[in-house]
Amino acid sequence: MKLSREEVEHIAELAKISLTEEEKALFQEQLSAILEYAGMLQRVDTAAIPPTATVLPLRDVMRPDEVRPSLSQEDALANAPQSEDGCFRVKAILEP
Amino acid sequence: MQLHELTIHQARSLLRSGQISAQELTAAVIDRILEIDNEVKAYLTLTPELAEEQARQADARQAAGEDAPLLGIPLAIKDVICTEGIPTTCGSKILEDFIPPYSATVIERLRAAGAVILGKTNTDEFAMGSSTENSAYFTTHNPWDLSRVPGGSSGGSAAATAAYECLGALGSDTGGSVRQPAALCGVVGIKPTYGRVSRYGLVAFASSLDQIGAFGKDVTDCALLLSVIAGYDPRDSTSVNTPVPDYLASLVLDVRGVRVGVPQEYFIEGIQPEVEAAVRAAIDLLAGMGAEVVDISLPHTGYALPVYYLIAPAEASANLARYDGIKYGFSFPDAADVWDAYRRTRQHGFGAEVKRRIMLGTYALSAGYYDAYYLKAQQVRTLIKQDFDRAFEACDVILCPTTPTTAFKIGEKAADPLQMYLSDVFTLSASLAGLPGLSLPCGFDAEGLPIGLQIIGPAFAEPAVFRVAYTYEQATDWRTREPTL
Repeated sequence: MKLSREEVEHIAELAKISLTEEEKALFQEQLSAILEYAGMLQRVDTAAIPPTATVLPLRDVMRPDEVRPSLSQEDALANAPQSEDGCFRVKAILEP
Repeated sequence: MQLHELTIHQARSLLRSGQISAQELTAAVIDRILEIDNEVKAYLTLTPELAEEQARQADARQAAGEDAPLLGIPLAIKDVICTEGIPTTCGSKILEDFIPPYSATVIERLRAAGAVILGKTNTDEFAMGSSTENSAYFTTHNPWDLSRVPGGSSGGSAAATAAYECLGALGSDTGGSVRQPAALCGVVGIKPTYGRVSRYGLVAFASSLDQIGAFGKDVTDCALLLSVIAGYDPRDSTSVNTPVPDYLASLVLDVRGVRVGVPQEYFIEGIQPEVEAAVRAAIDLLAGMGAEVVDISLPHTGYALPVYYLIAPAEASANLARYDGIKYGFSFPDAADVWDAYRRTRQHGFGAEVKRRIMLGTYALSAGYYDAYYLKAQQVRTLIKQDFDRAFEACDVILCPTTPTTAFKIGEKAADPLQMYLSDVFTLSASLAGLPGLSLPCGFDAEGLPIGLQIIGPAFAEPAVFRVAYTYEQATDWRTREPTL
């Protein structure tokens, strides 16, 4: 399983990470090697085997819908790189 | 014996009887840190003033007649566990200035039990690694040989415990990150059953695998720490609401009739001969004390590594999507637009291994590859879990090596991710099956480096694991050997 340069660029875009040309070359090689190694799983017959997403028998854990104390607005914004009027400040997402 | 050399249970009896104070004990451990941590480099953040204040409070509680299980005991915390008001970096530049507005449940439990927090210990970035070399800050050194790694990702907590820079420590284990460094540093480390300890406030890496664990100088200390941090927490929906047994009561010197399973798949080519010999000698010793040795097979063991390195990165790629430079953490200052801000915040905030795993996980989850990689890995995970279910029909616990080799040299595996991943080959299966695993010292190689014996139990069978570990520990004297620093 050899990844192309274009596939590496596509994955990086899905993951929203800019890569340098050197990183693209390095990841192309390293990810290809890891995926080739992972190819051994294709030898296992899993036709009738259900997937395990969690080892616990728990499903859809609910709690009562009650008002509880939570972080104050000030605490929630304390680590924000930029905030304004009690909100997180972000760059424009839609063109004006 | 100097105060920093004490085990937790020894220190508690001296504190309880008033022979020492929490302030004296904490001051002694801080002195020890100041003396040697420039060589070991276990701590990312030290909080001595806070520790002294907490020690004063502990002495006041003691004077008022309180007898909490960790009252006045100075501990170290892996820096992936949130501590209110104390930096929590996850060994990453992206969280360099992050100060959590709340504490993890385990921290609240430790504090309620009277523990004193000394500081935050080094880790591979976001717990992704096996040596601490992936920390964005520095590499921790193994106290037994400073040119070697302490293991990882909880290498700072393991090294701090081994070097007497704390009385015990918390770590986290996703694929072996408590057990592997415990083995490489010659201390005891317990990864509990998935769901036994709340993950609330543990920064997420791979949520179906992550579990907080504990390091101690001996088995008793690990049982004591687990008894404090274990238990149901409504704030973690994967925390299991079953009673916590009395772990200290399981520390009996008796393995008569206990069926110990020995999996043939864990004694493979490539294992360091001294590691195999030490583990086989431990099994023989327990057999001589009345344990019944059963040969078992875990036939899908060889697939655990590729299964883990698809599932854990897939979950990580989703969990680490939250680092967008908006709510907290590093934010690239001169971005052109919101998309550029995401891409460049993550480019500069994450290190190479984190990017590699996010990329790998993104690929395994992407359209066209999901079935071939992620779903396939989840199906083989089922087979790995079924191997254990069958094995535990014939035995009560499983004994095997924790790691294929003793501590490797700093830099030795850093350039080859796959070689680094192989150092976790014996700890991954129990993580994938959600089972408790403990590592304790069972000998030393010719270079004087510690060897770890791994004991794996069925889900929630920590008492059986502790019983076998305690019996082995009491029958041997490996604990008397110490690193020379």
